[in-house]
Amino acid sequence: MFDFSIVAKWFDNLLRVTCGLGDFWVILIECVLVGLAILLAYALLAIVLIFMERKVCAYFQCRIGPVRVGWWGTLQVLADVLKMLVKEIFVVDKADKLLYYLAPFLVIVASVGTFSFLPWNKGAEILDFNVGIFLVTAISSIGVVGIFIAGWASNNKYSVLSAMRGAVQMISYELSLGLCIISAVILTGTMQISGIVEAQTGPWQWLIFQGHIPAVLAFIVFCVAGNAEANRGPFDLAEAESELTAGYHTEYSGMGFGFYYLAEYLNLFVVSGLAATVFLGGWAPINIGIEGFDTVMNYIPGILWFLGKTFFVVFLLMWIRWTFPRLRVDQILNLEWKFLMPLSLIILVLMTICVAFNWTFTIV
Amino acid sequence: MRRLFLRNDFSGYPLRKDFNMDPERNMYSTEDDIEIDTTTEWYLTDSGDLKSVSHSLFTDDDFVVNIGPQHPSTHGVLRLQTILDGETVKHIYPHLGYIHRGIEKLCENFTYPQTLALTDRMNYLSAMMHRHALVGVIEEGMGIELSDRIMYIRTIMDELQRIDNHLLYTACCAQDLGALTAFLYGMRDREHVLNVMEETTGGRLIQNYYRIGGLQADIDPNFVSNVKQLCKYLRPMVQEYLDVFGDNVITHKRFEGIGTMNEADCINYGVTGPAGRASGWKNDVRKYHPYAVYDKVDFEEITLTHGDSMDRYYCHIQEIYQSLNIIEQLIDNIPTGEFYLKQKPIIKVPEGQWYFSVEGASGEFGVYLDSRGDKSAYRMKFRPMGLTLVGAMDKMLRGQKIADLVTTGAALDFVIPDIDR
Repeated sequence: MFDFSIVAKWFDNLLRVTCGLGDFWVILIECVLVGLAILLAYALLAIVLIFMERKVCAYFQCRIGPVRVGWWGTLQVLADVLKMLVKEIFVVDKADKLLYYLAPFLVIVASVGTFSFLPWNKGAEILDFNVGIFLVTAISSIGVVGIFIAGWASNNKYSVLSAMRGAVQMISYELSLGLCIISAVILTGTMQISGIVEAQTGPWQWLIFQGHIPAVLAFIVFCVAGNAEANRGPFDLAEAESELTAGYHTEYSGMGFGFYYLAEYLNLFVVSGLAATVFLGGWAPINIGIEGFDTVMNYIPGILWFLGKTFFVVFLLMWIRWTFPRLRVDQILNLEWKFLMPLSLIILVLMTICVAFNWTFTIV
Repeated sequence: MRRLFLRNDFSGYPLRKDFNMDPERNMYSTEDDIEIDTTTEWYLTDSGDLKSVSHSLFTDDDFVVNIGPQHPSTHGVLRLQTILDGETVKHIYPHLGYIHRGIEKLCENFTYPQTLALTDRMNYLSAMMHRHALVGVIEEGMGIELSDRIMYIRTIMDELQRIDNHLLYTACCAQDLGALTAFLYGMRDREHVLNVMEETTGGRLIQNYYRIGGLQADIDPNFVSNVKQLCKYLRPMVQEYLDVFGDNVITHKRFEGIGTMNEADCINYGVTGPAGRASGWKNDVRKYHPYAVYDKVDFEEITLTHGDSMDRYYCHIQEIYQSLNIIEQLIDNIPTGEFYLKQKPIIKVPEGQWYFSVEGASGEFGVYLDSRGDKSAYRMKFRPMGLTLVGAMDKMLRGQKIADLVTTGAALDFVIPDIDR
């Protein structure tokens, strides 16, 4: 397995020893480079995801999707981004200006913040704390504030309704999301993301295999709650276009709207990425205990494993979105508080019992 | 009482015969309309004086949201002034007239053949049935006996149009609930219906097919085989809508018990068509006042019991099957004969009053004709299908959620140009 930290160490050495720079400059240069890389990956992935969504939904709906701009429509999204960038940002006259401008940034900050935690490869975790996964859930909550402020500041009744819905829904679903993560933490015994992935290397060690029944249940609950957290159908109440036009971003244009759009798709990626990290082993290749097979699998770079798993979950969520009708607000809350939340508590107990009695699935 | 179709600053009553039609006095206004937040109730006192009392539509504390006139779920320019308590609907005031074209007034100045062009543009999803009612009332007034061929073709065309409407209805139900995939499935199959009709009529939305005394043109040589193919194609497809949307658990959760109206209220509010039949009211004009060849075909009148949005949806689905049955019975037996009975160049209807109603796709559509023997009508009154449905929405939706407003609107199946006329 290729360890990316070799590259990182070499670059650090290059700056420190070969160029003889001090601590301040080394850290500054490294931070700027990593930041640029994150933002670049963020923008590129958004384009890929939007293109994927358009193609996937087109094929679900017996259409062919964008085909005119570029080969097979590949440049369509780039053209859309360009259009979005040159559009005028039109401010509503009676909006609360400060909050109105602030809101998209909060949403994008939360989105980029959680995005930076994803483990891309062995040794390529960008932010890696000892409470990493806990911090992810904390940062993702900032997004709710952004949505709520946007709805309030737009001074539009549809937006206010949508903001209320969005806040209620996202706060509720964060609970079961957190509980599912906690049950994974019980199994791995660490909250550090690199540690969680490390615990899943080896034959049949992905959490979904290791924790068998409770882990599979937790994975399903995580996907449902994550879908709701990312505000996507059938939980797209906050922007239910047939009820509330576009919901909280009705009054945004140009890149103000673009930020919400970006954040929506990247949140989808982050949720899928977390599901892949926590339950499907992140960058850990599939190992089944047969030497030859495992060696071949280990030759596939970790980033491919990670992206493959993440896009698999992304596809699952898109499939759900383009199949189901939208729920109503009280039904969504019923689902969370009466079913998912008790279920995730049961999963937590089950998982604890499994770990305590050592009933986990492990081949030594 | 408040103005229903015209602007609040409009003075006079245009349908009265003493209304001054001088263009100078009826200039188009570029000012914003006055928004009146009150409604006036008139009553007679014991001593016989006419008194009025004014009610306000809402209080200062109410959270008022205008659903429309530009809103994706009203399927047109309808404005529902909705008073909300959180997400709960307290009251709905429909404001109409955003696409009011004064069709009834226009009909008084047009000759009879000219009026035909207007009905297709009311409920464009029931264009055939609307035209059928209009030519029906004129033919009844003139005493024209139609040939069997004309009546057979008219029946088939009406049913094709009904299928077209119901397919779009099931699709739009899905769209309003956020299931875009099911929506596009419906649109895909509607194309096939439109293709079949287009080959004969030349139109896809506006059909312009029936004329006074017959049809615009004879059916296309391929029409019979195309219709048969269509019937064969559609039957399994209807099941597909149920698989992908209608039988989905979320759909059931969203539809069941929403916008419920019992049979008595349906009769009181005049909720005809599938919406009324879903509550058990037997009101199918095709059964009880048969026109064309509906008395010769064997079909079932679909009535269900719950009167909620789910039953309305199922009612539409089952009516697609019934329409297919009717078409299949007729398509092989279209008799030979004239497709158009030649009329005089200037059509005049003798003095008298007539009413002719047909079963439109979403309710009873009737035309009342008052003729004074001229080449244009003295008074032409249309009974639109959607107006009573929208009128009943307030009663159906009080105490339910704002999302249910969208659901109920979708399940009721109204088209705005038909309401506004």
